[in-house]
Amino acid sequence: MSEHPTLPAPRDLPAGAVPEGDAPGLENAKALGLTASEYDLVVQKLGREPVQVELAMFSLMWSEHCSYKHSKKLLGTLPTEGPAIVLGPGENAGAVDVGDGWTVAFKVESHNHPSAVEPFQGAATGVGGILRDIFALGARPIAVLDALRFGEVDTDEVDASGAPVGEPGDTAGTRRSKFLLDGAVRGIGHYGNSIGVPNIGGDVYFEGPYETNCLVNAMALGLVREERLIRSAATGVGNVVVLFGAATGADGIGGASVLASAELGEDDASKRPTVQVGDPFEESKLVECSLELLELDLLVSLQDLGAAGLTSAASEMASKGEVGLDLDVALVPRRMEGLQPFEVMVSESQERMLCVVTPDKVDEVIAITDKWDVHGTAIAVVTDTGSFRIFDGDALVGDMPIPALVDDCPLYDIYPEKPTESIYPAPPRRIADGLDAGAALLALLGSSNVADRRPLFEQYDSIVQSRTVRRPGQTDAAVLMVPGPASRFSVGGGDAAGAGHPAVAPEAGAAPTGAAGEPATGADGGTGDARDAAAAGKPISGVGVAIDGSGRRVAADPYVGTIWNVLECAANLACVGAEPLGLTNNLNFGNPEKPHIAWQLTEAVRGLGDACRAVGSPVVGGNVSLYNEGTTGPIYPTPVVGMVGKVPDVSVTAPVGFAADGDLVAIAGSFSPQLALSEIAKLEGGAIPDGLPAWDLERTAAAIAAVRDTVREGALSSCHDIAEGGLVTALAESVLAGGVGATIELSPFAQDDADGRASLFGEAPGGFVVSGPAEALATLAERTAVTVIGTVGGGTLGVRCGEQALELPLADLDAAHAALGRLFA
Amino acid sequence: MPLRIGVPQFPGSCDEVDALLAAGHVGDAELLWHRDRDLKGVDAIVVPGGFSYGDYLRAGAIAGLSPVMDAIAAFAKDGGPVLGICNGFQVLCAAGLLPGALLQNADRRFVLRQVELSVETTDTDWTSAAEPGQLLSIPAKHQSGRWWAPSELHAEIADQEQIVFRYAAGGNFNGSLDDVAGVCNEGRNVVGLMPHPEHAVDPLTGSTDGLVLFRSLLQGATNV
Repeated sequence: MSEHPTLPAPRDLPAGAVPEGDAPGLENAKALGLTASEYDLVVQKLGREPVQVELAMFSLMWSEHCSYKHSKKLLGTLPTEGPAIVLGPGENAGAVDVGDGWTVAFKVESHNHPSAVEPFQGAATGVGGILRDIFALGARPIAVLDALRFGEVDTDEVDASGAPVGEPGDTAGTRRSKFLLDGAVRGIGHYGNSIGVPNIGGDVYFEGPYETNCLVNAMALGLVREERLIRSAATGVGNVVVLFGAATGADGIGGASVLASAELGEDDASKRPTVQVGDPFEESKLVECSLELLELDLLVSLQDLGAAGLTSAASEMASKGEVGLDLDVALVPRRMEGLQPFEVMVSESQERMLCVVTPDKVDEVIAITDKWDVHGTAIAVVTDTGSFRIFDGDALVGDMPIPALVDDCPLYDIYPEKPTESIYPAPPRRIADGLDAGAALLALLGSSNVADRRPLFEQYDSIVQSRTVRRPGQTDAAVLMVPGPASRFSVGGGDAAGAGHPAVAPEAGAAPTGAAGEPATGADGGTGDARDAAAAGKPISGVGVAIDGSGRRVAADPYVGTIWNVLECAANLACVGAEPLGLTNNLNFGNPEKPHIAWQLTEAVRGLGDACRAVGSPVVGGNVSLYNEGTTGPIYPTPVVGMVGKVPDVSVTAPVGFAADGDLVAIAGSFSPQLALSEIAKLEGGAIPDGLPAWDLERTAAAIAAVRDTVREGALSSCHDIAEGGLVTALAESVLAGGVGATIELSPFAQDDADGRASLFGEAPGGFVVSGPAEALATLAERTAVTVIGTVGGGTLGVRCGEQALELPLADLDAAHAALGRLFA
Repeated sequence: MPLRIGVPQFPGSCDEVDALLAAGHVGDAELLWHRDRDLKGVDAIVVPGGFSYGDYLRAGAIAGLSPVMDAIAAFAKDGGPVLGICNGFQVLCAAGLLPGALLQNADRRFVLRQVELSVETTDTDWTSAAEPGQLLSIPAKHQSGRWWAPSELHAEIADQEQIVFRYAAGGNFNGSLDDVAGVCNEGRNVVGLMPHPEHAVDPLTGSTDGLVLFRSLLQGATNV
């Protein structure tokens, strides 16, 4: 086929041609976030001072957000190899093998500063951005999870005797936190619900240090046949670069450098134009269009436009392919007039994709983009120059070596130093000292970090795509059928027949009297479809997914606290019988140029590595979000971990809730709780301790594995990991989820726990509340410590432990637990 | 020959694959493109949930004007069975094929909740296999599901037994008039409801109570 006459072609330039325009100079470079020495290095790489387009592009590519210049060295210490890893760090997302040739791609990313400035759009575009990372790999997005951190929303401080301190009701701080929470939840719901990707889980914490710098981390999963994973490297000199999706506007200019790579201050309203505006409808079309292009085998490579827009997307593609690009900004479709070339290059307008196409396929590609109303335009051509040359029509407006842009940003050492005293104030006291156990439990259940999350997750569609076997609230980790029956339709190679949506095979003997879920006899080319599995009498496999990351424990001890976060994630997976395949992480920290933050970051990464090795879950990729410091100082150091595990049979998982009268209740695992740092200590205004006791990591990991294996046998009636609020809270949660009471009696088992309080309210990783028949608990006891503590039944939760005793009707527990509902009334 | 069911796909449809899977329990299901008037000779239509064309104007407003909906309106007028689920219900109302309108939920939030629906009439193409008064556990998920009609119209359709589903006691979370969750047209071949029966067809995902709507099609087919 002859080359399209209007396609971009490599340009001939006279030797020694330099870009037009004046150099803005050092002061402007500093305003864009470059240091003087970085500017000097840019001048050295170019052999001259950068002109406007070049300076704008360098300032973005060399920002912390794009270059990881303060964290790259540390991240290199994390384990990234494992038997299930298909794609490790470096591409748009990582991917793991889930069997039968299917892979699950996943990644977590932050959108913290945009959400702190404009929570609805910030959170919405956070979801949109992580979804694009997933389908840029050719994977159909199949799930979203989110980790949210806000300031305190609880009110009414008291003193040790319980007498009120200060004015009751909302403060400016709690009002801000409620506003951010409401906006972020609406934004996540708006984007995810509209695009048809289920939101299957998440976590949320409310702590003072997040008040002016909230955290919004979004994780997405995608499904694709391994052979259909597409990379992002631009290759093939003469190939054409096509931009499709939304037109380019002035939104999000400077987002990566100005907003994401600096601390927040008082005047952040002025930064609102740096926040992008999302359009899930546009992205929905973009998903379908991208997957159709891949199914028809029309693309050489694919990349999404995220932070730093066209600059980052195009130069990363060229860098991976070790090629150059000639790009004409005049060809880029605009949504407004008067955009300067540098603005086109750095705009973070949402819902755009970039692909590399051989010249003979360009017409076909553009026809498909037209079908989906995400009109494609050829804007650049792959060259052998190794340079990124930017043209505005005929004028050369930028010319930079690709390696200088992508690889040559200097990496910085950080200088960790443990602070001599805690840098975080003690939280405000909410309850008096020495409340009896019943009152303490009700206070805990009603506190924002423990209360039922239903008022949040009810605002998300968790079931679209028909893969969700365990929804939020039912189990500690979500469970998806993978590939699931929906894999009969286009899921990045799921349809062996090629493009389009084939008809599904009717149920065998489709008749009014047919049994529900009766297996089909249809053959589908061995794609591992759920109904094929059922027809063959095989269990239907899937994945368990969880996301976790308390910051307060990491503030107390960055090393031990981070390990705890990973163990908690693995424990959540164990409850659904999921064995970890891989982990993604989002490291949310303050300014790493400060020694105490550098210490938090260094210790946390060390803990992350050790914990990943202990639970057998390598890191497939992630994100680093630094400079999270608001007007009240740095956030709690918050390494958020998202874990994906293999579930061999999705019909065998253990719910949170107690299930059967007469079942025995037991504590299982390796569990040594302590009160310092616990939620009850927080409610009592307890300061953050300096350091946490270490425990036997290997033994705890082995206990988690033992619980997982027992859940897989289907013998346990329920399984719930002991987390915030300790054993008594976990018991209450199992009672509430099951709608049936329990009678519990045990001796204090925590260290130095004469009165039983630490045993009931203390916290540590590695413990589970399980229930089931005696023989099931006996099986588990062969692998890990199991202590029977009571029986399921009745309409109350009764607990006795040492001097502690409580007896509460389910209705009272339920009323307390529903506390978050008022935030959305 | 198996029953053939068409599912129109609009840009922004979300639950079209779920509708295909559910319809696949009773026949062959295939997608119909929104720009096409050709319904490919299908025996029944399921208008799926989602956010057709982004729903920026008003839920279902633009989809009601699409070429495929022209064809579906003609199909419905000829007595062809049509089911609208969630956004599909909104589209059928916007297209004038079903009575009433869907307003924003009383609390103006998107809510997903497993609800109990009572089958108010079995005299429709989509409920003939159900028992009168049967309770169905089906998930609902929407932000604009508050069914409303002027009082005269409401009285008329109540009188004509065109109210097909009601939220069971205490389950009307969106503020719908008279607890109405689904209605039918005068011909009783077009049914729309806000909850999602296509998400209640597999015991693994929670419930199979939604299958009865799809199985009703088979009953219709054998009775004809």
